[in-house]
Amino acid sequence: AASAQLQLAVPVVVVFAPGSVPGDLPGSLPFRDVQEMEISVNLRTSITSRYETIYRSTTAQEEAALGAATAKEADAALHLLQDAMLGALTMYVVPETSSLLPQGISVYVGKHRSALMRAGAGLAALRTRLRQLTQVMSFTASSIAAALSDRVPDSQLGPDARRYLKSSLGYEITFSLLNPDPKSHAVDWDIEDAVNRYVQPVLDKLSLVANFSVDSQILYYAVLGVTPRFDKESSSFLLSAHSLPHVINPVEARLGSSAASLYPVLNFLLYVPERSHSPLYIQDKDGAPVSTNAFHSPRWGGIMVYNVEDPASPQTSLPLHVDVDMVRVMEVFLAQLRLLFGLSREELPPEFLLESPGNEGLADWELDRLLWAHTVENIATVSTTLTSLAQLLDKIGNIVIKDDVASEVYRAVAAAQSAMAKLATGHLHSAFQASKEAVTSSERAFFDPSLLHLLYFPDDQKFAIYIPLFLPMAVPILLSLAKIVREARQRKKEPTKMD
Amino acid sequence: VCTSRFWFNYRHVANTLSVYRSVKRLGIPDSHIVLMLADDMACNPRNPKPATVFSHKNMELNVYGDDVEVDYRSYEVTVENFLRVLTGRIPPSTPRSKRLLSDDRSNILIYMTGHGGNGFLKFQDSEEITNVELADAFEQMWQKRRYNELLFIIDTCQGASMYERFYSPNIMALASSQVGEDSLSHQPDLGIGVHLMDRYTFYVLEFLEEIHPASQTNMNDLFQVCPKSLCVSTPGHRTDLFQRDPQNVLITDFFGSVRKVEITTETISLDRDLAGFESKLPKDELEAEPLKYAEQLPVAQIIHQKPKQKDWHPPGGFILGLWALIIMVFFKTYGIKHMKHIF
Repeated sequence: AASAQLQLAVPVVVVFAPGSVPGDLPGSLPFRDVQEMEISVNLRTSITSRYETIYRSTTAQEEAALGAATAKEADAALHLLQDAMLGALTMYVVPETSSLLPQGISVYVGKHRSALMRAGAGLAALRTRLRQLTQVMSFTASSIAAALSDRVPDSQLGPDARRYLKSSLGYEITFSLLNPDPKSHAVDWDIEDAVNRYVQPVLDKLSLVANFSVDSQILYYAVLGVTPRFDKESSSFLLSAHSLPHVINPVEARLGSSAASLYPVLNFLLYVPERSHSPLYIQDKDGAPVSTNAFHSPRWGGIMVYNVEDPASPQTSLPLHVDVDMVRVMEVFLAQLRLLFGLSREELPPEFLLESPGNEGLADWELDRLLWAHTVENIATVSTTLTSLAQLLDKIGNIVIKDDVASEVYRAVAAAQSAMAKLATGHLHSAFQASKEAVTSSERAFFDPSLLHLLYFPDDQKFAIYIPLFLPMAVPILLSLAKIVREARQRKKEPTKMD
Repeated sequence: VCTSRFWFNYRHVANTLSVYRSVKRLGIPDSHIVLMLADDMACNPRNPKPATVFSHKNMELNVYGDDVEVDYRSYEVTVENFLRVLTGRIPPSTPRSKRLLSDDRSNILIYMTGHGGNGFLKFQDSEEITNVELADAFEQMWQKRRYNELLFIIDTCQGASMYERFYSPNIMALASSQVGEDSLSHQPDLGIGVHLMDRYTFYVLEFLEEIHPASQTNMNDLFQVCPKSLCVSTPGHRTDLFQRDPQNVLITDFFGSVRKVEITTETISLDRDLAGFESKLPKDELEAEPLKYAEQLPVAQIIHQKPKQKDWHPPGGFILGLWALIIMVFFKTYGIKHMKHIF
């Protein structure tokens, strides 16, 4: 694997509200400082993060915005005053006694790119909290390790890293409704409306990261591979946690995928259990039923079980008409989509409060997190690909590089260098675009069909072909040459003898 | 991959199809299997039971059935296509089912059968793949992280020579015979008239019959399959490139497919009544011109371009030297004055 040294710069602005300035500031506001931290992934790869921080005090408008009643309103008002570009963060420090933040909460992270912080005891405490907050909103050592997971030994990867979906130019999302018992349930789901209302806003927000295509299907008589157990106490059927891995494969054979696109597919399945197996609950490791009744598999997708309520009167005729509550379903599917992309909110310290991004699905800073991780991953992939291509060329000396392959390589190198330069100055958006271009070019160059090493003969095979041809032919020539040399020598000696 | 064609190589097709069936039974879907067969058995005019391929005497098990998805059939099974599938250097017009879309977390199982020799494997009676080429292809896969772990099984004569040259990490290899030994076939069927299966694959399949998706059997048991008393040849295996201990590697890691699963504990909250709003991004206002039929694919990239007219260069070093040598010898032997007889 190639070595990589990347510098990631995050521009941060810290704004002090009146009454929140710590007493032990080194100078008067505004001032700036730079903090560098090194994240070393393995022996040859290391990432240096630079936090370029500007400290200043609030303007009059910001003060007015901070006078709002709740943190959410303050954040909304402040958002209008910022012109935050992708990757840049703004932190507002409010006095310790401020009532803007609820009791017990010291940091409120908004859904754009700003956060509200309570002033700490002194500058050092402020700095620590700042650093923690900046890492949450941009990238941490573990998110970088997840992005570069092929360079990190397996044992060091956390659960987030294993879940991480590799960066790709596009993703295909497929929603499937599985109805194993159409005689009992006639299931209706208004998927198109649900996609337009709830899924499309999230995908629009993610469209910066990749292209998404959505399709849906309904499969009848598709059963899970596992028979659920009947539990007398709750008079329901249970799927235990350790039988879940075996559920996916029998279904996957029936799922199908678009023949034309090569993008990774994310499948979201909604399973309506048979009448004889209703209600069906998923059990977690401790035996408790899972509230979402859903599970997901990294890099594949998610499955949710939708139980149909028994009708009030036992005499109703089958099949029962079922109208699926798409909101409940989409809440789970979109949460799974977030998890599959690596955006989980689990590991935050308790005094952080995160604003819910609502129907957009993810906050701006979560988008930033994705972009940081993907940009780093893209640059690492480009360097590995090009190094490996160079090694291939070294090994097979007479491989022919077509002009367009050569131009792709040049383009990939130029784009990668530009991406690294932009990362070092903190322009996340253009860095990401450059890295995407670099990956596209390098993949096109590496996987060009003309570079098959089979087409170029190794030297030992050339000898094996030509020697049987030329050696017999060369024998009389060499012998004659020897004869000529002998005769020439003799003639040189003769004149002296004939004297 | 079955690398043979013709009726008398029935057993190789039966081998491959039986392994294909086992792998499907243990949960791997067709979208994750690339099957390369000459596929000339089931509808061969010499087949007394058309549309079937049997793997057991007395025609007990029809492994062809009606659920076989062959990705590369007949003349498409070439060394070039095989290496293209492995390395991913495939022309852009290839459909998804013919590609190996693996990534750095995929475990790959490669099963090859046919006729082989010391260091090579014969493809379709007309070409060969050498162990060096195979090792290089695996190295290309490793460089691009197209596999996490790779299990290579080969059932041919002198099969162990094919895995001698591997040098990429995380590869485990099994072969049906050592260098200098022949792999023998198991049993002929008098009704069909040819040998139905090879011994090594037969015993491997017997072993796989007892594996179910949740079984915990490990690789060491697979290494013990088919001892010399049953197989006549000595099966070999190679695990030095593999990082994990074979004791800890489950058969289902390669033959079946058990996914890592997590319970979803988070949900997001959606505002139910929010009407679908116009997307914030401006939609493309320009109507793209409808593509003409002939312009849909980048033809120039797919078909090889016409070779450029090369400028004429005077003959270079080696040829010139050779000719000079021949002419000099000729004149020395016969003398210049004889030239006038020629002209």
